[in-house]
Amino acid sequence: MGSSSAPAGGGVAVSTNVVAVKDFAFAPALVSVKVGTTVTWTNSDTEPHTVTSSGAGPLKSPTMNTGDTFRYTFTTAGRFDYLCTIHPFMTATVEVTP
Amino acid sequence: MSDDDPQGMSRRQLLRHTAWFGSAVVLTVAGGEVISHIHTPGAAAAVPDDPNALRFVQVSDSHIGFTGAANTAVTESFTHAINQINGLPYRPDFVMHTGDLTHLSTAGQFDQVKQMLGTVRAGETFTVPGEHDSVDDGGKKYRQAFGAGSVGDGWYSFDVKGVHFISLVNTLNLEKLGHLGNDQIEFVRKDVAGLSADTPVVVFSHIPLFAMYPQWGWGTDDAAQVLNLLKRFASVTCLNGHVHQLFTKTEGNVTFYSATTTAYPLPKPGTAKAPAPVTLPAGQLADALGIREVGYQQGSHNLAVKDVKLA
Repeated sequence: MGSSSAPAGGGVAVSTNVVAVKDFAFAPALVSVKVGTTVTWTNSDTEPHTVTSSGAGPLKSPTMNTGDTFRYTFTTAGRFDYLCTIHPFMTATVEVTP
Repeated sequence: MSDDDPQGMSRRQLLRHTAWFGSAVVLTVAGGEVISHIHTPGAAAAVPDDPNALRFVQVSDSHIGFTGAANTAVTESFTHAINQINGLPYRPDFVMHTGDLTHLSTAGQFDQVKQMLGTVRAGETFTVPGEHDSVDDGGKKYRQAFGAGSVGDGWYSFDVKGVHFISLVNTLNLEKLGHLGNDQIEFVRKDVAGLSADTPVVVFSHIPLFAMYPQWGWGTDDAAQVLNLLKRFASVTCLNGHVHQLFTKTEGNVTFYSATTTAYPLPKPGTAKAPAPVTLPAGQLADALGIREVGYQQGSHNLAVKDVKLA
């Protein structure tokens, strides 16, 4: 299962810097932002989640409890796949464009 | 027998599932057929009443630190489980905790669960990590607390009374499913190389080594490589946690048993939007929680597995 597989949500990238962590899913599952953008994840589930890069990568949130927010500023272009280490079937992607 | 796939459940399997929900069940395998009996504490032993026989207990998914509505007293529940083990009419050769010892991998939670396991009366106490035990550090704190005697990222093997045990770590480097990795597969290859094919082999892991419900991550992407290494053995038993419910399946020479939890139930595969903790009506929680007694009489083909609900 390579890290280049399509994210669970699939489809077209949504231009937004806000990702919801809700009902054991990242939504939108594929977002597109420009270099320098800060993306914000907020967990609204009662269960904890993380935002962690698949394999090597820059995303490494602490455990996010209910209501917790994690922010990361993307400084390089590329495709950033990530998952929740506690529920690794939760997968998603940030595409960062120049 | 391969008709136990939860995604293509036979009518018989469905009936079994229905019968299992909220009850404790013993499963004995005779000629590939699974027979279940409801067991309540104190019921007749399926585990051999013989001090020379192998007898051990599996507990799982204590989630120390969980505070949700599904179980507001997980520490108390785990204490009940330990008391139940300590009250058995025999002293188990060992107790195995198959992971998710803690809920959030904090130092305090590891310390607490380690102290609690220290009160277990058994020959030894073993653990494998769950993904909740490696939330933010790749399992470092887990190995500090429980990694003594293990190799690699925490895997190890041991022998008791003629049975070979392999404890695997499939909760690191995850992507969608559980994952073992080449180093660990190589460890198993060398570990079993010198064993005779009639040695009973028992494999412990947190996440199932069979595809119980991949959509929720209930499977291990490279488990087939380990199971292939075990193909030549007459009797292979895989015991896992993670799914917080009883389930069994036989594939060729391997029988898989998912254990229940001491913390809170999860939905049956596909019956909910996500594998989120299930809050049962008042008074029903203890029926969904339990411990597992396992026995093996030298010379017999299979292990006796008895799931008992928390008293």
